Amino acid sequence: MTLGTWLALFVALVVAAELVRALRHRGLRQERWRRFFRHRTASWGLGILAFLVIIALAAPLIAPFDPNKQLDIIHLKNHPPSWTFLLGTDVLSRDVWSRVVFGARVSLGIGALGALVAVSLGTLVGAVAGYYQRWIDAVLMRGVDVGLALPRIFILLMAVALWDGLPFAALVIAIGLTSWFGTSRLVRAEVLSLRQRDFVVAARALGADTARVIFRHVLPNAAAPIIVSAALGVGNVLLLEAALSFLGIGIKPPDASWGNMIADGAPSIYTAPWSTLFPGLAISLVVMSLNAVADGVRDALDPREEPA
Amino acid sequence: MTGAAWLLRRLVASVAIIFAVVTFVFILIHLAPGKPCGPIGGGEYQDPIVCAQLVQQFGLNQSIPEQYWLYLVALAHGNFGYSFSLHRPVRDAIADTIPFTLQLAGAALLLDFLLGLGLGIYQAVRVNRLPDVVIGNVTLFIYSLPTFWLALLLLLVFGEKLRWFPVGGASDPIFCPLVSSLYCVADRLWHIVLPAATLGLVGAAGTARFQRAAMLEVATQDYVRTARAKGVPERRVVLRHQLRNALLSFITRFGLAFPFLLTGAVLIETIFAWPGMGRLAFDSILSRDYPLVTATALIASTVVVTGNLLADILLGVADPRLRVRTSAEVEVLTA
Repeated sequence: MTLGTWLALFVALVVAAELVRALRHRGLRQERWRRFFRHRTASWGLGILAFLVIIALAAPLIAPFDPNKQLDIIHLKNHPPSWTFLLGTDVLSRDVWSRVVFGARVSLGIGALGALVAVSLGTLVGAVAGYYQRWIDAVLMRGVDVGLALPRIFILLMAVALWDGLPFAALVIAIGLTSWFGTSRLVRAEVLSLRQRDFVVAARALGADTARVIFRHVLPNAAAPIIVSAALGVGNVLLLEAALSFLGIGIKPPDASWGNMIADGAPSIYTAPWSTLFPGLAISLVVMSLNAVADGVRDALDPREEPA
Repeated sequence: MTGAAWLLRRLVASVAIIFAVVTFVFILIHLAPGKPCGPIGGGEYQDPIVCAQLVQQFGLNQSIPEQYWLYLVALAHGNFGYSFSLHRPVRDAIADTIPFTLQLAGAALLLDFLLGLGLGIYQAVRVNRLPDVVIGNVTLFIYSLPTFWLALLLLLVFGEKLRWFPVGGASDPIFCPLVSSLYCVADRLWHIVLPAATLGLVGAAGTARFQRAAMLEVATQDYVRTARAKGVPERRVVLRHQLRNALLSFITRFGLAFPFLLTGAVLIETIFAWPGMGRLAFDSILSRDYPLVTATALIASTVVVTGNLLADILLGVADPRLRVRTSAEVEVLTA
């Protein structure tokens, strides 16, 4: 680690902390944000996520080495953590810290994009099923039943292992396409109860077309479960990608994702545990932050009182 | 709708779902590039002559609809087909591995529910006090761990460094295939600790979070306040009034535990060299063993669907209010 990279890391930390502070300051004026920030773990989660996103964006500034470069396969293989190699080096003498930093781009990117696909699709299907009811609902929900009964990891294993060398985008879409079933059920349940409410009936009576009713009146009021399932979805997709990469069929080497770093490090875990431990810790940190944020959002948007 | 009619409808729907899953998996695996033999995906079967024989023998040269029809006819006769890669009937391969997966899942589920329920109830009783906050943060962390990473961690600490537990396998390879005795039961338990703890701990963290929320949701209900107001002892309020009602939503969670266990089994069995169905499924996909893949998917979806059905039936038994509703309404209530 050079002075420059330490400095960049410090700046990232400060920016993340300031971001949360600014949000908190602004948010204190609104009741729901006040409830969110009263959640101590949720604020921490938001800060950690902001920090990791900044790191991912500024990866070239923060990573001291080229993440895919084998520095010295003979002398620097499985080097323990030191001031030069903050988190040690892996079995191919690549700097683990640099790989964690660059892996954040892949892992966070796949998590966010996969969840985006899944939540959009789930919301759309759930809204359509709940709004139109009758046979559309029946058909869509039987489809969802099948989807929930599908062993998801099997389907993904088949899709990813058999169509060998799927590009990043296809992996995102495959994960997204198999992850929307739960969301659609939640949204449908919410829409089912919302569409009976007076303001929706009034909007319809005033002649608003269906798309407008769904997007302007129904869905905004179903925001809480959608946001929560998006936050949880990012974590789930990230874990799924990690599992696939761990089984050797996710992100292709040499590019680092946290999942394939664990897979690379696992064979030498007894002699060089650092190359397995740190990427796993990064995954846990992100998923934990997302879960904490989801808890906070749930409390903030759910007007029910916190029980004494 | 009466109970019997409801049950019948659910049973028919369940069979239809399983059928749809099998069809989907069958089509997907047959459309995937590569064959069980030859340059793409063939593995050990590279000889063109052997490959031609294999294709002929298993009817792989027929069209997919034809193969699908033949498969269904065989399935209707209770015949799961013959595994290309293991050279034995699929039924035998699955019969050999299923007990291992059941033992692993059973042990994990036991830990999951006992520990999870205990912690969740304890947290709810001490809500927002120090023990609740500490346990809350710990369960949040464990719940967020990738199961396969936790498995590696436990292997590193308890298998390699401390040497308390074996690092893989399901039994003593020298004595246990031959000697069937109490020693082997103890040996199996000793081998199951790490894989079951991995799945069980992550599950228990989720269960604890869920149960805490369910208990607190009930805590604001009028009947709990009434019970306190009329002087029912606190212990009885928690156990009889809160817990019994909070267990209703726990039943739903029970139904949802199966997909988690199945997904976990694929990874955990691979890491711990546990000879179960998850590893069999993974290997069968990689070797493009069509009958074996379809059969494992069939069993996995049956387990998931049965879990859901069981949860719904238990809910009906436990909560008379749900009995008279149609299944669509129950779905909304449990979603």
